[in-house]
Amino acid sequence: MTKRLTCDVVVVGAGMVGAACALYAARAGLDVRVVDRGPVAGGTTGAGEGNLLVSDKEPGPELELALLSARLWTGLAEELGPAIEYEPKGGLVVASTPGALAALRDFAAAQRTAGVTAQPVEADRLRDLEPHLAPGMAGGVRYPQDAQVMPALAAAQLLRASGAVLHTGRTVTGVLRTARGAVRGVRTDRGDLHAPAVVNAAGTWGGDLAALAGARLPVLPRRGFVLVTEPLPRRVRHKVYAADYVADVASDSAALRTSPVVEGTAAGPVLIGATRERVGFDRSLSLPAVRALAAGAIGLFPFLERVRALRTYAGFRPYLPDHLPAIGPDPRVPGLFHACGHEGAGIGLAPGTGRLIARTLAGEAPELDLTPFRPERFDTEKGGTP
Amino acid sequence: MTERPHLAVVGAGPAGLAAALAAAARGVRVTLVDAAGQAGGQFYRQPAAALGARRPKALHHQWRTWERLRDGLDRQRSAGRIEHLTDHHVWCVERLTGDGTFGVHALRGPAQEEGVTVRADAVLLATGGYERVLPFPGWTLPGVVTAGGAQAMLKGGLVLPGRTAVVAGTGPLLLPVAAGLAAAGARVAALVESAGPAALLRRAPALAGQPGKLAEGAGYATRLLRHGVRTLARHTVVAAHGTERLTAVTVAALDGAGRVRPGASRRVRCDTLAVGHGMLPHTDLAETLGCTLSGTAVRVDAEQRTDVPGVWAAGEATGVGGAGLALAEGHIAGRSAAARLRGTAPDPRGWAAAARSRTRLREFAAALDAVYAPPPGWAERVPDDTVVCRCEEVTAGEVRGAVDRLGAADLRTVKLLSRAGMGWCQGRMCAPGVAGLTGCPLTAGRRPFARPVPLGVLAALPESD
Amino acid sequence: MNPLELARARPGEAFTVTFDGRPLAALPGQTVAAALWAAGVPAWRSTRGTGRPRGLFCGIGVCFDCLVAVNDRPGQRACLVPVRPGDVIRTQEGTGRDDD
Repeated sequence: MTKRLTCDVVVVGAGMVGAACALYAARAGLDVRVVDRGPVAGGTTGAGEGNLLVSDKEPGPELELALLSARLWTGLAEELGPAIEYEPKGGLVVASTPGALAALRDFAAAQRTAGVTAQPVEADRLRDLEPHLAPGMAGGVRYPQDAQVMPALAAAQLLRASGAVLHTGRTVTGVLRTARGAVRGVRTDRGDLHAPAVVNAAGTWGGDLAALAGARLPVLPRRGFVLVTEPLPRRVRHKVYAADYVADVASDSAALRTSPVVEGTAAGPVLIGATRERVGFDRSLSLPAVRALAAGAIGLFPFLERVRALRTYAGFRPYLPDHLPAIGPDPRVPGLFHACGHEGAGIGLAPGTGRLIARTLAGEAPELDLTPFRPERFDTEKGGTP
Repeated sequence: MTERPHLAVVGAGPAGLAAALAAAARGVRVTLVDAAGQAGGQFYRQPAAALGARRPKALHHQWRTWERLRDGLDRQRSAGRIEHLTDHHVWCVERLTGDGTFGVHALRGPAQEEGVTVRADAVLLATGGYERVLPFPGWTLPGVVTAGGAQAMLKGGLVLPGRTAVVAGTGPLLLPVAAGLAAAGARVAALVESAGPAALLRRAPALAGQPGKLAEGAGYATRLLRHGVRTLARHTVVAAHGTERLTAVTVAALDGAGRVRPGASRRVRCDTLAVGHGMLPHTDLAETLGCTLSGTAVRVDAEQRTDVPGVWAAGEATGVGGAGLALAEGHIAGRSAAARLRGTAPDPRGWAAAARSRTRLREFAAALDAVYAPPPGWAERVPDDTVVCRCEEVTAGEVRGAVDRLGAADLRTVKLLSRAGMGWCQGRMCAPGVAGLTGCPLTAGRRPFARPVPLGVLAALPESD
Repeated sequence: MNPLELARARPGEAFTVTFDGRPLAALPGQTVAAALWAAGVPAWRSTRGTGRPRGLFCGIGVCFDCLVAVNDRPGQRACLVPVRPGDVIRTQEGTGRDDD
């Protein structure tokens, strides 16, 4: 092959994860292009809340990635702070019953051993932190490392900061490979882009992109509705949610589970989200879903009962069967790297993911062990984690 | 004894009334759900009863038609065939899984705090339209109102926005608004229409097919002359001035290509600017039901059916064309719905006259659309510091930046990256302006809630079947 | 000529409301916006961002520019809400809710 290369890396996907991959790859000295069939932040990124959470993660590889990302977000915020509406507001997880509180405290204790700052809050101090919180809660845990960004702005600003050439509205139709099977670029509906490395940051469509390269990656969509209220003064100060959220993330249930995270935003509206339903790519309004969100939010903050919702939107969170993302090189297709399947945590986990990808692209050792995230892990007989 | 099939008609303007009457006359039980306190919609908006208007006719055109609709509604209500729910603001229509019936979710009362749900076998959307206003410097000043808004306040509240008005923009609404304001005692300093007489002449064949419509226009023009109102064709308002409220506007002449002619502008003192650039359909309820849109309007077949079973649409929601067209479409939709609900196929011969009228009026509306297009170059004339999104106070510069600096290429991404369209009105007011400024196509926004809903109402929704 | 004369209206007896503490006469059947217009008041909201004055714009409940606080309830659309005797109408500042 003597074809001239377009660039060093093609990142497929102009969402939050693609933007972070582009940024850190560019900062590693690579010439990067980003291609997306839609606009910037047109998929999950544009339909999320912007949660940067460590509080909902149990000790393990995802938490390590979240902690790495939280540190990186702090640096990004110093560069881009107001432009991405970064707010290190902290999380407050509450429990309504003594039983739930005991489970929450145990969970927090384990998190602390993994490096999470988790501060128990007695029932009578909850309203010091959140004056409008419903009375009668059993207690809670405060997580100062939880933070917030405006996800679409964050993706757009990171892409801009990366200096990468951006091709939006351009669909990847194939992955170009050498006779020996290595990646040599992508084919798009508007010409080929040649590069020795391709990063799959296609989110919910990551499985489709992997398939174009002949690799199996079982990414599935999980629907989430978010409610947005009228603009309010800052009445909700933290990211506040009920303790059953933790159990819900790893749930395999296809039924609707209520676990609203309630939070104020820099722009004024309160965000309430998100539901988690496995219904494929169905975007149509589900009143039972928004009903559950509204009821859950009012349960936490009774003043919300008379506050009006201006809109609701649905997004699709990409997940893999073991609820861990796929990050790193694909041994089945040399030159193909995956950075997708982050479920509802992609905004928070993006910088860490981008950094790990950039390190491996540059041939350096990544900060974290990539074994739990390896993309070929579903090739075993049963499909689950071997 | 089987219960009569039940049709919910959303909107009690010309289309909704014609539909409700046609369906009720054919044995269907109709619930007419409307946001206003009285039937009539925007076109036949009535003064509040407590104002005791003995001659509301003085504010209206085609009063006979209104009397026929009003008397028909009274008769059908007395006969128990139509239930008219006033002050019901529909925020969502839900197609219930299982039996395929519908839940029409509304908020009751002007404060819109109490939820109520109407169950029906079929739904007919006659949701009307709202005015398109393109931005210009000063358009957020108090005293600048939409042309339709000035008219609504006059018809419904019997009040004027101020003493001296300029009526400006483009479209067939400007003439009746100027004539109405003048008749009610306002001094109308100028009627400023960006379209030129030549554009009207170019469309003469299509327009000549509607002698009644042309006579109507001529009638307004005569009334304007009588009130001494100066009409400035091929002119535009380029800026509104004032600090705390409007004090004057700058009016500029346009050349044949729609550009401002240098040196040809003047300042006109006024305390009111009634401005509009045409109408847009209300399509939120239809879109959430899954109805296909064509452009910014709900797509319907010859029977006014949408592509969602059990959902009809008529009037401005299916394409802006005025009250006459709305009446024809509503009549056809009501008859079709009645037949289909009774399990029979309707006979289109029964509505042949309405169908002919519909064809003619749609052609007329298309011709008017071409005549009253906003002048080219309006978007370039909007300076970067002009607020475009009135709710979130997003400027033209910020909107342009979302495209130029951040890579947005469609209205939704512009919204995400600039907040234009994220506020109270959910982009209804700014979307046409943002589309023009950015070159993004104007698409109907996805708004699952057609109006703000208290969270308490959402939380108390009935459990689905 | 005025609109009431044009429509030969015989409204019920006027009543008093207050706007930012100032008494105004209003007619039964009018909306809050109509009563404010009739009293020569063009603006009754200041924006969240820049504190600019706003009043009625679309007149039919779509634009939300005319938000006003009536009897301590913020966020009411003046063009839709009927005025009632004794109403305490106040300019809506920002979100219309007290900052904590």
